[in-house]
Amino acid sequence: MAERNQTTDRTLSHAISWQISQPLPADCEETCFGQLRSVTFGYCLHIVHDVQCVRRLQIQTTEPTGDAKSQVNTFLWIPHLHLLTAKLTAWTTCKVTLNIILFNILACKRLLCSLVSALYLSNKPFSICVVFDQANFFDEYQLEGVAPDANEICLEVTPENLSRALRTSQNAKCVKIKLTKKHCPCLTLVAELPTLSSVSRVVTHDIPVDVIPRRLWHDFKEPRMPDFDVSIYLPPLKTMKNVVDRMKNLSNFLVMEANLNGEMNLKIETDLVSVTTHFKDLGNPPWGDDGSQGRSQSRDPEVMAHTRVDIRKLQQFLMGQQVNPSKAMCNIVHKRIIHLILLHEDVSLQYFIPAVA
Amino acid sequence: MPLSTQSQTEGDNYVLVASLDNVRNLSNILKAITFKDHAIFNATPNGLKVTVEDSKCLQANAFIQAEIFQEFTIKEDSVGFQVNLTVLLDCPTIFGGSTVPGVATALRMCYNGYGYPLTLFLEEGGVVTVCKVNTQEPEEPIDFEFCSTNVTNKVILQSESLKEAFSELDMTSEVLQITMSPSQPYFRLSTFGNSGNAHYDYPKDSDMMELFQCTKTQTRYKMSLLKPSTKALALSCKVSVRTDSRGFLSLQYLVRNDDGQICFVEYYCCPDEEVEEE
Repeated sequence: MAERNQTTDRTLSHAISWQISQPLPADCEETCFGQLRSVTFGYCLHIVHDVQCVRRLQIQTTEPTGDAKSQVNTFLWIPHLHLLTAKLTAWTTCKVTLNIILFNILACKRLLCSLVSALYLSNKPFSICVVFDQANFFDEYQLEGVAPDANEICLEVTPENLSRALRTSQNAKCVKIKLTKKHCPCLTLVAELPTLSSVSRVVTHDIPVDVIPRRLWHDFKEPRMPDFDVSIYLPPLKTMKNVVDRMKNLSNFLVMEANLNGEMNLKIETDLVSVTTHFKDLGNPPWGDDGSQGRSQSRDPEVMAHTRVDIRKLQQFLMGQQVNPSKAMCNIVHKRIIHLILLHEDVSLQYFIPAVA
Repeated sequence: MPLSTQSQTEGDNYVLVASLDNVRNLSNILKAITFKDHAIFNATPNGLKVTVEDSKCLQANAFIQAEIFQEFTIKEDSVGFQVNLTVLLDCPTIFGGSTVPGVATALRMCYNGYGYPLTLFLEEGGVVTVCKVNTQEPEEPIDFEFCSTNVTNKVILQSESLKEAFSELDMTSEVLQITMSPSQPYFRLSTFGNSGNAHYDYPKDSDMMELFQCTKTQTRYKMSLLKPSTKALALSCKVSVRTDSRGFLSLQYLVRNDDGQICFVEYYCCPDEEVEEE
């Protein structure tokens, strides 16, 4: 997490409100995978290696009035915010190694949770995006966003902390999640646990969060569907997981290829052995008549689109599946990205795994 | 069988084709002799023999007769190659190696001859995995020259009794001593470890003893060489222990596979040279 400097509330909110009002500078560069942006002129967004060589997000700003550059952490505190929720455990049991999770709460019915991972094992992060409809999860839901025309809040939290808190409240009679300010902004989880006596037991967790300023929100929107070459339904995830687990013993890289005839192959190749698993009759999702299908429309159904990825990332995606999705599909951009989509009732989960050379 | 979706270009050039409805009938036995990376495969019309050796003192052989396979076709008198056994054994479990009854991975193993990889076609539930394992020039397995005329001691036991002993062997002992005698203690396994000496005695009239033909001998074998044989022992139902006039040890295990068919695994071991045989 970004370091917390000592500063007064007043200075803080002053600096922050100034930031919110600034438009996004025109000169910004895409640093990696289009998720993080480096901007100049008054703000910097550094990608810093910490002692564990994990890329972290550390935001520096300048004081609005002075010339001295002081480091102020950009976290926002929106008072009087109440979120009530029922059990949200499906996505948090994901065991992937993540260091940032972004919570983007929209008042208009969608709870979007976007997970950005920057594993030090590779230079490019891969990202996961989960979207689900708050109406199906919450008994009560109140939100006051940043501004009337942007009724959203974007938070950053360590998934481990949130998942631990949710685990203790699995059997709770009722759970409330609130955004509060203690020594720093926190997601406060209050769980009322059942007891044998009439007096109930209340457990409170304060999970520190960072609030993401509005000008960075566009980085964390639900990712656009890439212009894929082939889209195909995934084979049974359990079979896929067994195969990938075994393949990981033999190689670090895997090639996934698929065609519009419902065929998918997973391949590894080393000096000692080559293994290819063939899945057939998987079916191809019938995407609507939009631009993203343009590339695949005139495609020969037999020709395979393939991408080579780090096998550990695919394995992590498969490990996290505790819920049987009602639909699981995969879009392949030839030699660029694998985009995996899981749909389960009203929850959607999207994973992006970039290609390696 | 969906395995007919193999590559057509290689289809007619196989010198060896072996098929099994349940790959575990082969992989379980091979796991019992996997103490080194490399294994020498030798196929004849009688079946398949797989050999693993360690420092020229230990040799393990697994025999899988042609009858065990649903299909066993060989175009030459003898087909031999060497593969990395550890890598090879990662393949049969590619679908997770579940032991759910009724669900088995089928195998079709094909070899085109010298210089070609060993190709395994594995199928479960309509999904086919093709594994090509690179082969090497086969080394000549050592001939331990163990023949029945030189056998001085022979004991056949039910594995049950030995399994306990072998799983508890004191690994701090450098040697395992085998004593066989027509008089007490009959058949004894001894270890000499840091905590003391341990002896496992098997009387000749025990229920576990099926055959007992011994002259007096006491030989020591390196523990590190014999410990791998525990895997084969665990799979077996009977074991024969024989030593010859040079003190060489032959352990033969009778293994029943999932379908109840019989296969053999044997271990040959040289005696520990520091000790003079009696």
